[in-house]
Amino acid sequence: MNDVTEGPKATRTLNMVQAIGAALMQAMEGDDRVVVLGEDVGKFGGVFRATLGLYERFGESRVIDTPLSEAGIIGTAIGMALYGLRPVAEIQFADFVYPGFDQIVSELAKYRYRSGGHFTCPVLVRMPYGGGIRGGLYHSQSPEAYFAHTAGLVVAIPSNPHDAKGMLLAALKHDDPVILLEPKRIYRASRGEVPDAPYEVPLGKAAVVRPGRDLTIVAYGAMVSVALDAAATLESEHGRSAEVIDVRTLVPLDLETLAASVNRTGRAVVVHEAPRTCGYGAELVASLQETCFWRLEAPLERVTGLDTPFPHTLEHYYLPDTPRVVSAALRALTA
Amino acid sequence: MSSVSPAESSSVDSAGIHPVVAGAAPGLYRVLADGPGETGGVLAGREVPSDETLLRLYRAMALVRAVDERMITLQRQGRISFYGAATGQEAAVIGSGLALEATDWVVPALREGGIALLRGLSLSDYVNQLFGNGSDIEKGRQMPCHYGHRDVRYVTLSSCIANQLFHAVGISLAARLRGDDTIAVGYMGDGATSEGDFHVAMEFAARLRAPVLLFCQNNQWAISTGVRGQTLAATMAQKAHGYGMDGYRVDGNDVLAVHALTSHVVAEIRRTGRPAFVEALTYRVGAHSTSDDPSRYRDESITERWKERDPLRRLRPLLEARGLWDDARDAAFISDVAERLKAEVQRAEADAPPSIDSLFDDVYAAVPPHLVAQREALRGSTAHLKASSH
Repeated sequence: MNDVTEGPKATRTLNMVQAIGAALMQAMEGDDRVVVLGEDVGKFGGVFRATLGLYERFGESRVIDTPLSEAGIIGTAIGMALYGLRPVAEIQFADFVYPGFDQIVSELAKYRYRSGGHFTCPVLVRMPYGGGIRGGLYHSQSPEAYFAHTAGLVVAIPSNPHDAKGMLLAALKHDDPVILLEPKRIYRASRGEVPDAPYEVPLGKAAVVRPGRDLTIVAYGAMVSVALDAAATLESEHGRSAEVIDVRTLVPLDLETLAASVNRTGRAVVVHEAPRTCGYGAELVASLQETCFWRLEAPLERVTGLDTPFPHTLEHYYLPDTPRVVSAALRALTA
Repeated sequence: MSSVSPAESSSVDSAGIHPVVAGAAPGLYRVLADGPGETGGVLAGREVPSDETLLRLYRAMALVRAVDERMITLQRQGRISFYGAATGQEAAVIGSGLALEATDWVVPALREGGIALLRGLSLSDYVNQLFGNGSDIEKGRQMPCHYGHRDVRYVTLSSCIANQLFHAVGISLAARLRGDDTIAVGYMGDGATSEGDFHVAMEFAARLRAPVLLFCQNNQWAISTGVRGQTLAATMAQKAHGYGMDGYRVDGNDVLAVHALTSHVVAEIRRTGRPAFVEALTYRVGAHSTSDDPSRYRDESITERWKERDPLRRLRPLLEARGLWDDARDAAFISDVAERLKAEVQRAEADAPPSIDSLFDDVYAAVPPHLVAQREALRGSTAHLKASSH
């Protein structure tokens, strides 16, 4: 049973997928331009149950079970947005987005620019992503760098239920296309207090989720809780104080918040589960180097997934974990 | 939605093993006679539209012809970077374009710029886009012929092939959801029918019952690849059958046929809320673009035969027989268009390029911090470029 509080600031304890579902329900209630489309999102409520109850509530014209094509889902959503709707396109797993990648990169990201602002398509594309669920090569990958590399897209990744609801509602008020990558590993594991009333977590703002003095750990998605565990270990076992920053929006990046922290601590570890080469961490490290070089006390560290395809049996070797983040932090602290 | 699955709806075939027989290849709908010595004739039983419509169709086609000829020259002179003409295809362009309501949406491919003009895009906006100057509503971001304007519901195209067909599907679904009696038309060439997006767009249109017209200008060439290099299907129209959609086939050089058929199909789409597919059979008598030389890969004697079926040439005798057009009126029309084009080109060419700052506009609704930083950095490092720009 969920914990419920009453009153105008009422909250309840939800997991991330419930928070996303609650956000979709409120968005569709509040704005009849919001439609949801994707594979199995209607009668079934989505393979992760994020769209549960929407079909019954809003019917098949606003909750659309599409044929099985990512290009079709995203392309059709683009057309709907051109006409003035606010479509939410669900890609069942981020690993399967590639047939729709052309629609995202060539069309969704570029309509506003190529038309001089005459045509815009504020589509919200939701995609469960990331490893740690024994999903093997094709149910585990982290493709955020592909999208972050494309001008015109907002790329956002929540790390907890509160932010997931608030970022989703913010995305549906935003006039740009938003790629919302949802860390499915913590869809159910991440639970927290979520306000009942609609609210927005602004896109483009990072969050300092644990203040600290000696070192900055930068993470997003499921890696935020790994970073927080590492910070706790650094404090309890090594007496060092780590600040943890949840990037939340990769594009546009809140470099100001990151740089303020690193300029103060002089040391940083960047954590993500995507492969290392040209991973988003490379951009973070380069930007921090440009912004904070004269205050750095140690080389910037990266803890990332491997430059291999994503494995099945040995995924726990592939994924960054707390001991690895602690080791990188200690290297940075003793350099 | 039907609750009967395809398996349940099929009866057992007792005749043994044989392939599925699809609907027969549809015949070509035609209004204007096309045989030797028949030019200007109207086939028995076919209706001819009003004088006003006849003139409108002819003038719009003649405008496209004149604009294309002028722009190809400008490209050869190095004054614009590219041009994709609709020469020989004006009937498919204008005949279908005029069958739409102002409230309908056009999602074009490369050769439908004439529809933008037909729907009210000003010649100034058209020419500014070709020059990519400071007055270009696209701010000089796209190659020529990538027009678009919200006021005339002509969606700005990308250069990608078949990508746009989904957008027509989505627009039409959104219009229905909003309760608007609006359809969308997605245009494509024959080459586009080989792209995955074509097939999925057909599937989505049919399955989601989108009030959309998917219109193929089969000009039989995708750069150097002939239509038989794309498909072994006898016609494009019969492909629609496989998706559970009605497919039509029309003589794409007969503007009265294209106009009549498209008007009929559009009315059916509005009435039933179901999609349809139209193949307009025509021929690219010119090059793919100004970067192409067709004599390297095709028999131009066939092209000559298609030039005899020129859409303007086929319609004009009918107009002359009705006293609607003659050499004097033709000369006056041509010289008027030439004058207007001359003035527009002179003005557009003299216009300043877009501002450097405009590079950073419209990437997002608001310029984000990293682009503010890049804009500042670029402002400080452009001195060596200014002399060479335009």
